[in-house]
Amino acid sequence: MTAMNFMETMETAEFRVHPDAHIVVDGSVCTDCTTRECVVACPANLFVPTADGGVLFNYEQCFECGTCYLVCTQAGAITWNYPAGGHGVVFHRT
Amino acid sequence: MSDPDVIVVGGGPAGSCAAIVAARAGLSVVLLERGPFPGSKNMYGGVVYPRILDDLIPNWWEEAPIQRWVTRRATMLLTETQALTVDFRTEAWGKAPYNGATAYRPDFDAWLAGYAEAAGAQVLTSTTVTGLLRDDKGAVVGVTTDRPDGDLRARVVIACDGVNSFLAKEAGLYEHTDAKHFTLGVKETLALPKEVIDERFGVRGREGVDIEIVGCTGGINGGGFVYTNLDTVAVGVVLKLTKLAAQATRPEQIIANLKGHPAIAPLIEGGEMKEYSAHLIPEAGLRMMPKMTTDGMMVAGDAAALCLAAGIWLEGVNFAMASGMYAGETAVEAVRVNDVSAKGLVGYQRRLSNTFVLKDHRKLRRAPELVLSDRVQHLYPQMMANIAERMFRVDNPEPKPGLRRILRQERKRAGVRRRHLWRDAFTGFRSYG
Repeated sequence: MTAMNFMETMETAEFRVHPDAHIVVDGSVCTDCTTRECVVACPANLFVPTADGGVLFNYEQCFECGTCYLVCTQAGAITWNYPAGGHGVVFHRT
Repeated sequence: MSDPDVIVVGGGPAGSCAAIVAARAGLSVVLLERGPFPGSKNMYGGVVYPRILDDLIPNWWEEAPIQRWVTRRATMLLTETQALTVDFRTEAWGKAPYNGATAYRPDFDAWLAGYAEAAGAQVLTSTTVTGLLRDDKGAVVGVTTDRPDGDLRARVVIACDGVNSFLAKEAGLYEHTDAKHFTLGVKETLALPKEVIDERFGVRGREGVDIEIVGCTGGINGGGFVYTNLDTVAVGVVLKLTKLAAQATRPEQIIANLKGHPAIAPLIEGGEMKEYSAHLIPEAGLRMMPKMTTDGMMVAGDAAALCLAAGIWLEGVNFAMASGMYAGETAVEAVRVNDVSAKGLVGYQRRLSNTFVLKDHRKLRRAPELVLSDRVQHLYPQMMANIAERMFRVDNPEPKPGLRRILRQERKRAGVRRRHLWRDAFTGFRSYG
């Protein structure tokens, strides 16, 4: 099997990125969070802990699955919506 | 545009079936899909059982964009070094009316939505529904969308907006949402030449294989799957959200571990990654289901948690199609008698209750919990595999041990208590028996 890093793996999925983020993470709330469920659970690995104790989030390669807001234990940390119509993930058809 | 009779939110299997039924009965129907085409947001663990379409689309199998007909169905218990498989195949499932099929959801869902359009429903893609319109008594009278001047009113709204169903939540149909009721499915679609797949999986033509796996997800409760498309093999895992969130291994690593297992690796060797994908599954059946109706609105498919995750049966698309059809029928009835209140829509709950949709869920109400329990996940696969290994190992010059002795010793070695085994067997028998 061709070895692939996760960045390349994510490039196999198509995302039609909207200029506005559909999910907003308030990193200041995350500084109080020690468990960081989103970091391990997000299947697209979009939550990255930062050196100053916050969490950085990039919405562009989001599968819109809902995992992050379900596992999050910090009220107000994640504001979750679907992307604008026609945008976001588009799974392949044949 | 004048207000339609029915707004269907979501162009998945539930939404399209609702739209087909309502439009064919003469109602005006608008089907709203947030993706650029129906199915573009949809992904699943691989197999669709379309017999529920027999009446709606006669001879559907001549038209449906399926990849392969599942003629080999295997359930596999994995430990780190062992695999115990029950492998069933039949010629019967390779000819009409078939049983299960593998299909890409963007193909299948778009195909089904085509029937909604042909029936007269107006399909609006690239339209995200952002909320509900209510009258002063709280009844649902339409939806808001992200289009300019995007408010849309109708007599009935059918929410088929998927596993996260913000519409069902906004309407107050869910008492609460709990992460422990969901699993995360992640999947890799790997390209391989058709002849290679045929040879490795022992199938020909359009025959296909579905392997469901327990014991391949490390410490996380869940399962795995491998199934064949025409010229790709899909391999993936399903992970209980709360367990995934409470440990340190990421989903793609868990797939990598499954792909590296000696029983799986030879099946997918050389496969080139075509697509990685992820989706949530409403796993808990009756324990999580919402109220199905409120004034002016019904909820169907994943939005209503109508997914059957019962171990040996893993189904969702058929429950979505059926619930969509029944919601469509109920909308027709309610508009005719001019009562779209929850009372007027009561036929929906009745239809769900009197058919496999809720009969299966009631019968199997304890199954999802049993299947995802720690013993079934972490103790029984090892015990069963060890029993099989002892049974088939020839230990000469030692004479063969009796089966009863093997069972007792291996049960103890796996740390399984006898009363737990009996209790689980009893629960299993009550569910599946």
